[in-house]
Amino acid sequence: MDSTQRTIQLLLKPGQHDGEGQRVAEAAQRHLGLSTGRVQSAALYTVRYPLSGEQLRDFATHCLQDPVLHDVALDEFRHGSDYKSYILVAKLPGVTDDEGISAQNALGDFLNQPLDTHTQHIFSKRLYFLEHELPESSLRRLAEDLLGNKMINRFEVGPIAQIRDYTPRPGGGAESITNTVPLVGLSDEELVKLSKDNLYALNLEEMRAVRDHYVSIQAERQAVGLPQDPTDCELEIIAQTWSEHCKHKEFSAVIKYRDADTGEEFEVDSLFKTYIKNATSEVDRQLRANGNDWLIKVFSDNAGAVRINPESLFVWKVETHNSPSAIDPYGGAITGILGNNRDPLATGIGGARLLFNTNVLCFGNPEFSGTLLSNQLHPRRIFEGVRKGIEDGGNKSGVPTVNGAIVFDDRYAGKPLVYCGTGAVMPMQLAGLDSWEKNIDAQDRIIMAGGRVGKDGIHGATFSSIELDETSPATAVQIGSPITQKLAMDFLILATRRGLIKCSTDNGAGGLSSSIGELATISGGAVVELEKVPLKYPGLRPWEIFVSESQERFSLAVEPSKMAELMALGQEMEVELTDIGYFTSDGSLDVRFDGKSVARIEMEFLHNGVPRKVLEAEWTRSTAQEPALLANLDYTDVLSRLVGSLNICSRESVIRQYDHEVKGRTIIKPLMGATGQAPQDAAVVRFNFESWEGVAVSNGILPRFGDLDAYHMSAGAFDEAVRQIVAVGGKLPNLTYGDGNFWSVNDNFCVPDSVYDPATNPDGKLKLAKLVRMCQALRDATAAYCIPLTSGKDSMKNDFKADGVKISVPPTVLYSMTAKIQDVRRTITSDFKQADDVVYLLGETYDELGGSEFYQLFGELGANVPKVRFEEAKALYTLMGQANDNGLIQSCHDLSDGGLAVALAEATFGHGFGADVELPATGLGLSAQLFSESHSRFVATVAPEDVVAFEQHFGARATCLGVVTQDGQLTVRHNGQTVISASTAALRHEWTNGPVNRIIGFGQHEAAQ
Amino acid sequence: MEQNPQLPDQHTPPRPQHDDPGHEVVDREGNIKLPGFKSVDLGHESTEPLGHSAEATAVKQPVRTLILTGFGINCEEEFAAAYQLAGAEPTIVHLNQVLHGHVSIHDYDILNFPGGFSFGDDLGSGVVLANKLRYRKNAEGRTLLDDIKQFIANGKFVMGICNGFQVLVKLGLLPNLSGNVTPEVTLTHNASGRYEDRWVRLKVNPKSNSPFLKGIDSMEVPVRHGEGRLIIKGEETLAEIEARALNCLAYTDFDGSPTDVYPHNPNGADLNCAGLTDTTGQVFGLMPHPEAFLSLYNHPDWARRKRQNPGLSEEGDGLRLFRNIVEHVQSQRSATTSHQEAHQFSS
Repeated sequence: MDSTQRTIQLLLKPGQHDGEGQRVAEAAQRHLGLSTGRVQSAALYTVRYPLSGEQLRDFATHCLQDPVLHDVALDEFRHGSDYKSYILVAKLPGVTDDEGISAQNALGDFLNQPLDTHTQHIFSKRLYFLEHELPESSLRRLAEDLLGNKMINRFEVGPIAQIRDYTPRPGGGAESITNTVPLVGLSDEELVKLSKDNLYALNLEEMRAVRDHYVSIQAERQAVGLPQDPTDCELEIIAQTWSEHCKHKEFSAVIKYRDADTGEEFEVDSLFKTYIKNATSEVDRQLRANGNDWLIKVFSDNAGAVRINPESLFVWKVETHNSPSAIDPYGGAITGILGNNRDPLATGIGGARLLFNTNVLCFGNPEFSGTLLSNQLHPRRIFEGVRKGIEDGGNKSGVPTVNGAIVFDDRYAGKPLVYCGTGAVMPMQLAGLDSWEKNIDAQDRIIMAGGRVGKDGIHGATFSSIELDETSPATAVQIGSPITQKLAMDFLILATRRGLIKCSTDNGAGGLSSSIGELATISGGAVVELEKVPLKYPGLRPWEIFVSESQERFSLAVEPSKMAELMALGQEMEVELTDIGYFTSDGSLDVRFDGKSVARIEMEFLHNGVPRKVLEAEWTRSTAQEPALLANLDYTDVLSRLVGSLNICSRESVIRQYDHEVKGRTIIKPLMGATGQAPQDAAVVRFNFESWEGVAVSNGILPRFGDLDAYHMSAGAFDEAVRQIVAVGGKLPNLTYGDGNFWSVNDNFCVPDSVYDPATNPDGKLKLAKLVRMCQALRDATAAYCIPLTSGKDSMKNDFKADGVKISVPPTVLYSMTAKIQDVRRTITSDFKQADDVVYLLGETYDELGGSEFYQLFGELGANVPKVRFEEAKALYTLMGQANDNGLIQSCHDLSDGGLAVALAEATFGHGFGADVELPATGLGLSAQLFSESHSRFVATVAPEDVVAFEQHFGARATCLGVVTQDGQLTVRHNGQTVISASTAALRHEWTNGPVNRIIGFGQHEAAQ
Repeated sequence: MEQNPQLPDQHTPPRPQHDDPGHEVVDREGNIKLPGFKSVDLGHESTEPLGHSAEATAVKQPVRTLILTGFGINCEEEFAAAYQLAGAEPTIVHLNQVLHGHVSIHDYDILNFPGGFSFGDDLGSGVVLANKLRYRKNAEGRTLLDDIKQFIANGKFVMGICNGFQVLVKLGLLPNLSGNVTPEVTLTHNASGRYEDRWVRLKVNPKSNSPFLKGIDSMEVPVRHGEGRLIIKGEETLAEIEARALNCLAYTDFDGSPTDVYPHNPNGADLNCAGLTDTTGQVFGLMPHPEAFLSLYNHPDWARRKRQNPGLSEEGDGLRLFRNIVEHVQSQRSATTSHQEAHQFSS
């Protein structure tokens, strides 16, 4: 053992319950079929700081050991005598080690001296001892599949007599090397190869544009002493800035659309401009004409902003983090959340207070039992890892995860979709300035705040812009550190309120290259001094420093006169701040290392030089047919199976591991009622403790309808999100003059590669046509409801390729909606409130079983996709707002997966009521009445004394179904026959014990060993 | 019928009406005059005041309560709101302002450790923060623990919730049977091995002497923790905690009887214990979050309960704890004042 290196091992005292060890043993048996015998877990700390023997012992016993729980072993690996094998889990160099850093922090306090924070002195590891003697290959499999990820961890395994330790020794000396990359004279093939080899993710045309640009400016570059050929740093900056992730090239492309059935053809001049930006401009015009001027900032900053009241803004952003989550589910999800948190935090001047998170996740079937492709992770593992990442990302940041959704479909088995949303509140004015504006002048300093830079996350932006395959790079993986970000967030809140910061932005995809590149457009240029950037470890080249996506960092623009005060505050709050350059107005981005330019690019070319794509789309109607099902179905049995099906069953085991009520403002949580098991439609969060104003949050996502018609899928998803908010008591915007009812929507498109290629993507034109139709529906929906989009994102390459097989996600769009709630005390929950309340169906049911969960149960898709009838829907939602003003509705649940029958069942889960229901004779088939997923419908209950007023108000839009009963039986009759008769307790049992809770497991106390 | 006002300027949102500096105001000595940082931002995000501040203004000398934050603590805002609703004057400060001597805990009546994940809880919950309070010395060579001991000796109060409770336990301030502030019990991973957010029912130990719990029999509150399982070392310690009724809160089932059955008892704690006091009753900590149940509308079943009883109070169970301690400090103070007055007469 290294003489300057000491180890401290903590192991549980005999008799203490080793929950972790037990879980590892169980998981090894259950998921890998490995019999480990008992497993003993231990924490290991390697200390590389000069300490006397006494100091080491005192530090271990006073600071690390819990005297009730642990025994301490110094410089030895202690274990029970009957263990035969071991697994050591260490971290690779540069991987975030919060536990080691915390221990280092404790050591500094213990010694009462500041430790040199530039060096990591303490490294944390986990050690597992196994009772059985297992071959090295089994131990390694257990380690890689259950205990860590080979992308971020180093494992040592073997027989217990030969324990090998591993401590990362990061990097060598500094590498201030910048190379030039000649482009002139390269053939097309060579240009493409260069792009692929360096992960530039630029296509031939883009590579040519770069080459031609450099040819055209040869003389100028020579005159200022720059090399003629681009430097590696310049090409990296261009690649990051031009990446699909940052530039949305496909959403800006010219699309030639053709309807193969009708022969109709048209050209779309940018999907974004045509269907998203212009649609929102039109909505804004209508809003303002009607005295509603709450739309403050759309599409032009890290997040959209709307006004809550004259004093404050609501900031809203939803992003995806799909590719990283496919490779390292935990790291991908946690960086997704923390990264998305930074968007509202760094909107305008910055310093918004985060109010809530919401997450929508799409996974493959977690019970998949087939063979996995190379480097494909099992869907269950992705699910569990992502769930844990969301738990830590939200809980440790003190941001409640107020709702979400999980969608399962086999096509998400290659790349999962991980959507992270964050809402925040910001004062309208910060230290006397408009908080949502970003202003920068030349000579303002560029400050990097937060974490340090390492090789982690290099190429994230370009990597997410290509499809995944088995050789996807390890450097693209990052691990978030919620505590580092929490400190930076607390700092930002205070610094902005003291007027120390002119504006801020986050360092996400593309790292400094993107954040400074974007901020520099405001002043018109910047000079960056890369040698000043604090590194996690030496050995990074200048271009790596500039594009690294190491997490928890913000870039701030600061007036020179405020620097001293800002730096002092940073020191007080223990947030690392570094002055890394200044803004200019000379039109160029000048990146230097030790005074020498390693990149100098004209801003104009960088931001506007990317050639526009021209893409082809061709639409063909689905030829799907309605199936012929058995005539005499046992509908009680069908309902019971539906509530226990993968996409409908309870998510309680997931939800309860998220903190959904920190901040004390959550009014409607994901699960409500006396049982705490009634699922809700939208979350409601109040803004503060002084007023009852709040915001409702919902998510609309319906990928399976896209198999029938992408237009109706997109329209339906939009309607689903709207009606969820209406269900809890939200009102549509702009109904009356100056009502101030803000709505703020983020659209997030996640589609497979939709660029046609005869060899690699033969159905690319159809995929693109689906995307066009999704956008058309979005435009129609925003116009119909007068609901604006405020921000959004598109992720265009959600394919996983390995072993010659490609798994592509179905075209998916998520609409994440927020709307103002005037008084949270008047919101409505979904669960039945009292026996004898009258049950109504609001809205109309059609023969629309296509894509339903009911058909799914029989392995059918059907053809009749549910369609949104916008005018009728809007009229109904308006009526509902009025009814709620008069307090006429006691409970309201929107109809979605599983239709009316499932909604009725779910509404009983809150208190154990029953319902006695008679379906009307409408001529519609029984299956359709029960299970059709027609949009814009609700199950509502009404107090007996309000029935007359209610029926008068809704007229034909309300259908009386029956009454809430005390007996806990759900009875549904049709034509005088009882078609469903089920105990609601039994239905709740099926729902609660569905596959999701079985896989994640409920939190029963584990038996002591 | 409201008249439509003239069309507003379409591009300039209205200015805020209040003159709120939005930032902390500190005097020349570095003392905080107006807490800005993550305090309850009075006014700037509200339209409808709750009218709770009347009590605070009625009392000439408000009960001052200090709430620590920073380094991953994250429940300070609702903690402050709780005290504000209870009529006290809460101040939120960054821990370093106390450690660096800019703020003195002795200027306050109640010292509070909120929930969260201090320092990420990577070494075990509350460990690093407790360590900092125990070992980090200020310019005069005193640790914050020295100050806290003095604070308690002066008859003042300390409260810790969730992570704050964990800090008090790991510091040895709870239960502190020995009186020499050494850890006697611990809080560790829930028996379920997982973090959970769920609502529980607590029963107050009728023999508890803590003013925090006076007159309360039971309450409903959420737990939100992964390391809330109380483990008591040794039968003697356990017996003494019980004998002195320091186990002031127990998880109960629907009948109100203490239980070790999941999920009513969410973590498998010894004695089914959810909270502890020290022997003086001045130091109080608990795993569940009373500050997350300040209004009826925090409860998962609020909508049905309100339907059943439209006259139901809009206050949450958790608020009673804060009202208790604020009233106690006030009554203590008036007792002292009248005592002093009596003393003056007699001399």
